[in-house]
Amino acid sequence: MPVLARWIEAAGIPTVTVTMMPSVAEERRTPRIVGVEFPFGHAFGMPHDGAMHRRTLELALHVLAGASTSGTRVDLDLEWPVPVREAYRAWQPKEPSPIVRKMLESRKGA
Amino acid sequence: MLVDSFKFLPRTFRPLYEGRGPFQGEEEPVWAPFVKRLTQSRIALLTSAGLYVKGSQAPFDLDREQMNPEWGDPSWRAIPTAASAGDIGVAHLHLNDEDLLADPEIALPMHLLGELAAEGVIGGSVAEHLSVMGFQDRSLRDWKDRTAPEIVAHLRDQVADGLILAPA
Repeated sequence: MPVLARWIEAAGIPTVTVTMMPSVAEERRTPRIVGVEFPFGHAFGMPHDGAMHRRTLELALHVLAGASTSGTRVDLDLEWPVPVREAYRAWQPKEPSPIVRKMLESRKGA
Repeated sequence: MLVDSFKFLPRTFRPLYEGRGPFQGEEEPVWAPFVKRLTQSRIALLTSAGLYVKGSQAPFDLDREQMNPEWGDPSWRAIPTAASAGDIGVAHLHLNDEDLLADPEIALPMHLLGELAAEGVIGGSVAEHLSVMGFQDRSLRDWKDRTAPEIVAHLRDQVADGLILAPA
C-alpha cells in the first residue's frame, strides 16, 4: 500500500497514508504518514465511534495539507480502548488465510 | 514515536515487514505539493479492506487466492458515496470482517468526509471513492501496470485534489 501511495503521488496527486505500521511506511518512503495504534482493519477506529473516526480523519487532512517534506510522519495520540490480547484476537480472520495455511503446512512438513 | 507499529501483528510476521527498506526501484522520495486550501479542495478516500458494493459489483476473487495462496486479486472498485453500510460487502481473507460489515466507516469514512464537506472543513468529497484488496503478489506487477494508472485516471476524472489511503 505505501508503494501504491508513491505511484499515485508520482502521478501528481498528493496522498496521505493512515497506517497501523507507520515505521514500515517510513521505510518504504511513503510521502505523508499518519500512524494509528489500532488493530488491522480499523484504520479510523472503533465501529460506530464517530468521534474517534473524526479525530483520525481530521489529522489525516491536516497532514495531507500541512506537511512540507516527503516522509512526514505524525502519530495519532489515541489508545485503543480494548485490552490488547482481546483486540489482537478479534481482528484476525476466523480461518487462517491461504498464505498462512501454506506456511503452517510447510513448517509441519519440514 | 507514539505508535508501536507491531502491537497487533503476530510475532512471526514481523520480519516480513521490518527492516526491509524501500521497495525495489522506489528508493527516492516522491512529492506532489498540496497547493490549495482544504476548504477549496476535493478529497478522495482509498481503502485496502476489500470493500465492494453488493449486487452491482463482483467481490474480489477469493476463490483464485484459495487455489493460489501467493496471489491476490489486483483489481479495484469505485465505491459511490450514496452507498449505505448495508450495501457494502467485504472480500478479504486476512481480516475478520465483522466490524467492517457493522460499520464500513472504520476503513472508508466517506459519510464522515461528506459531513466535513457540509461543515466547510473541506471543499468537497469525490462522488466515488476507491477500494482494493490489500493482499497482493509480492512483485505488485499488476498493481503497478494496471491498477495504479486506472486509479490515477479515476481520481483525475473525479477532480480529486488529494487522496487519503488507509491500508487495512
